[in-house]
Amino acid sequence: MAYPYQSEHEVRILSKHFGDPRARTLEGALANGRYESLKKAFEMGPDAIIDEVKASGLRGRGGAGFPTGVKWSFMPKDSGKPHYLLCNADESEPGTFKDRELLRWDPHQLIEGCLIGAHAIRAQHVYIYCRGEFFEASAVLARAVEEAYAAGYIGKNIMGSGVDIDLTVHIGAGAYICGEETGLMNSLEGRRGQPRVKPPFPAAVGAFGMPTTINNVETLSAIPHIVANGGAWYRGFGTEKSPGTKLFCVSGHVNRPGNYELPLGFPLKKLIEEVCGGMRDGKALKAVIPGGSSVPILDAGECETCTLDYEGVVEAGSMLGCASVIVMDETTDIVKQVRRMAYFYAHESCGQCTPCREGTAWVTKILQRILDGRGTEDDLDTLVEVTTQMTGTTICVLSDSVAAPVQSSITKFRDEYLALIRRGERVGAA
Amino acid sequence: MSENATQAAETVTLTIDGAEVTVPKGTTILQATKQAGITVPHYCFHEGLSRPAMCRLCLVEVEGAPKLQPSCNTPCGDGQVVRTQSEKALQMRRGVLEFYLVNHPLDCPICDQSGECFLQDYTHMEGRPHGRSREPKRVLGRDDFGGDVLFNGDRCVMCTRCVRFMNEIEQDPVLTVVERGNRSVIDTFFEEGLDDTKWSGNIVDICPVGALVSKDFLHKQRSWDLDHTPSICTSCSQGCNIDLHTRDNLVQRLKPRANMDVNAFWMCDHGRANYEFMNRGDRNEVPLVKDMEGRVAAHGWREALHALAEAFRGTGDTGFRAVVSPNASNEDIAAVKALGALYGNAEIVYRSVRTETEDVLKGMPSLARRKELAANGRGAELLGARRVGNDDGTGGLDDVAKHTGLLVVVGDELADVADDFGAAADTFVYVGAHPSKVQGNAHFVLPATTHAECEGTFTNVNGRVQRFWQGLHGPGAARPAWQVLGALVAELSMLGEMDHAPVVGSAAEAFASMVTRTDAFAGLDYESLGTRGAVVNETVQLAGD
Repeated sequence: MAYPYQSEHEVRILSKHFGDPRARTLEGALANGRYESLKKAFEMGPDAIIDEVKASGLRGRGGAGFPTGVKWSFMPKDSGKPHYLLCNADESEPGTFKDRELLRWDPHQLIEGCLIGAHAIRAQHVYIYCRGEFFEASAVLARAVEEAYAAGYIGKNIMGSGVDIDLTVHIGAGAYICGEETGLMNSLEGRRGQPRVKPPFPAAVGAFGMPTTINNVETLSAIPHIVANGGAWYRGFGTEKSPGTKLFCVSGHVNRPGNYELPLGFPLKKLIEEVCGGMRDGKALKAVIPGGSSVPILDAGECETCTLDYEGVVEAGSMLGCASVIVMDETTDIVKQVRRMAYFYAHESCGQCTPCREGTAWVTKILQRILDGRGTEDDLDTLVEVTTQMTGTTICVLSDSVAAPVQSSITKFRDEYLALIRRGERVGAA
Repeated sequence: MSENATQAAETVTLTIDGAEVTVPKGTTILQATKQAGITVPHYCFHEGLSRPAMCRLCLVEVEGAPKLQPSCNTPCGDGQVVRTQSEKALQMRRGVLEFYLVNHPLDCPICDQSGECFLQDYTHMEGRPHGRSREPKRVLGRDDFGGDVLFNGDRCVMCTRCVRFMNEIEQDPVLTVVERGNRSVIDTFFEEGLDDTKWSGNIVDICPVGALVSKDFLHKQRSWDLDHTPSICTSCSQGCNIDLHTRDNLVQRLKPRANMDVNAFWMCDHGRANYEFMNRGDRNEVPLVKDMEGRVAAHGWREALHALAEAFRGTGDTGFRAVVSPNASNEDIAAVKALGALYGNAEIVYRSVRTETEDVLKGMPSLARRKELAANGRGAELLGARRVGNDDGTGGLDDVAKHTGLLVVVGDELADVADDFGAAADTFVYVGAHPSKVQGNAHFVLPATTHAECEGTFTNVNGRVQRFWQGLHGPGAARPAWQVLGALVAELSMLGEMDHAPVVGSAAEAFASMVTRTDAFAGLDYESLGTRGAVVNETVQLAGD
């Protein structure tokens, strides 16, 4: 089965075996060269691995874009405590579906990355925290873990190296907030999935109170390739500040939505027009959310020049996040879309911090009222002020995530709100 | 210079709102603001609990920090510059307060917490004059949590103090937050409520709003009508510091008063519920004197005490027996002791209820509902009284009942004794707040006040002497027992029965008199006891030994 859509612009490193069921099995994975990097990594030793990852400039693919090598170097070298590596496979940002594919098609690539990462931070145990709704993906992963255990790639004395690393697949119960790193740790420990106050940071006090590093699936999946080919090779892709390739999850009103592995710095317009085959039915582009629903919306004008690297998207007025490109054409009702996103966050707020608990629900109610034709112009000011009160006042950034789409849409698509408010009818809706 | 250097090692100096504040290292900014006399609103932070930093109400501006910091969880640093009242901080706190009011029902007129509600206080202090929310409010309804606790979900501000109290202090995790987002609600596990808990009344105290209210106090009084009087709980020998909340000369409820050496911020449900006895209406109100013909007549104190002194005169060799209540104050028992000292082979006994087990507060093992269910057994022991009778507070008075000399009963209601108790005594004096079934046998019935109606001290199980204050007016001519017995001693001295003894005019004088006569109390000073108390200088057997 060929993977749904592919493009000649792609640089397929992580996604090379997408669509090939043989890559899921250990036999197929070994034929693809899996676990060779692990052997090399054991020879290199922890410090050399971290140096190589630092040299590659790999940045966390979960959304924040923090340099992975630097993150690993925060781990204490001789704490005398057990260390943990957590792999965040709780991919739940609306519009994101890259980790699921990495788990489904190439689980051994991830397992190898996890083991190398664990060795680098001197961890004895890896937990892969899988999103609760990933039924197929977690089953594929679990089967791969079983096979790898049986073949001696996980467990005691891995490949005769004397290194012991265990790996556990933990399946969540389905909560967006458990994708937040400390919320994930609480959930893993069996507590309520609520983010923890930082400091202390996970590198000091993480899962089970021990030094912990947490990385995204895509980040860890890139590690074997960096170890095999070197950091300099990885830097050959992408831009100076955002090296490497990235899986872009394109959804919405394009002809060929899907996962595309492209070098960072790829132009957004080119992604839509060439990689994804243009807008659906030749409609005009209205807006793009470039990094998952929690980042500011870009209007059509801003999309013209935007390049898809961490800096380029910031320059355009948004954030790359986890590169989940949601494309909306002229038929889209922006207010309705924003209300849907706000409702998502209201539903998923853990309810710990007041601004988020009360604010997300309040914002949703106001947006619904505007949609129902009972809004006032004051509501727009209220929305902006309320979302401002929700920014930077909470433990995690879920609350800030509502502010981004609400504020950017009011700034950029104020006319649509006003039309609804003044005439009590929807504009642009199909 | 060297002094400054040593100080620097243990303390940090920071600037809060322009004023320099020096605090011990490890103090949080919120604690430092309290020291500086600045109020920063907060809900989830409580001195006795963990700090989840989740209410986001105590946000302050710390110079150098990119975002506002939760002051409850941010340690003070040397040279730190904190602004609690900056425009940025005030704006954000105003915003957070507004969020609280989005769903809060504003049913203050029928809410018991009104007047002592921190949502009211903070909103008046820093909140917006008008809320902007026009949306329908979320309705969660009410839930009977069991015990004395009623939950009003709509009023809840989700500070989770109650959940953390049950988890961390009582360590009986029967409360939890269910659901998430603004559907979050505090709940019990299925039908298992707070019924089997022993300390859950505290969650009503620490609830900053009216979400958790006392069923006993429900719609009983408005909080602003209550007078607060510092007192000591008499329900066991722990001596928890409490406040009597009174109105209309009745105790309306008891609340714990913070004393880190005794009960921190807590008190048990047993003690909290046990206050109605202070409101009993059946009282001895006037001195009653029985004449030679056995007729009982009410007298003024002057006549009654004179007659009593006459009766005591010249009966010294017949022996002195006294029964005191373990809830009598140190001063009362000391006065009995002083009176007994005038006569030969004086013996003072007390009876008290003791249970087989203690209810220890797991999160604070030094706090327990003690075995002895009376306030001052330790004080009675230190003053030479001997415990007699059974553990249910009965019996042990067979000898006393048939005593033929002087017999003084202070406070013990003698509910279990035979009807002829004291009938054989030359002079039987009953000093008590409440009538006893055998007070008809007494030659003198003298009305006393309860501990709620006078000042004095108790000695708790660990030998801590603690003051209580007067919260109620005693009925009629009732007077503290130490005053009655002190006046009797003074009267006897006037009759030439002994060396001159001054009239004891105040509890402080009664205490001072006790201190001079009793080694165990030596060195203690009534005024310096303050609201914290002080430990007697005699080695005491500590709780749990």
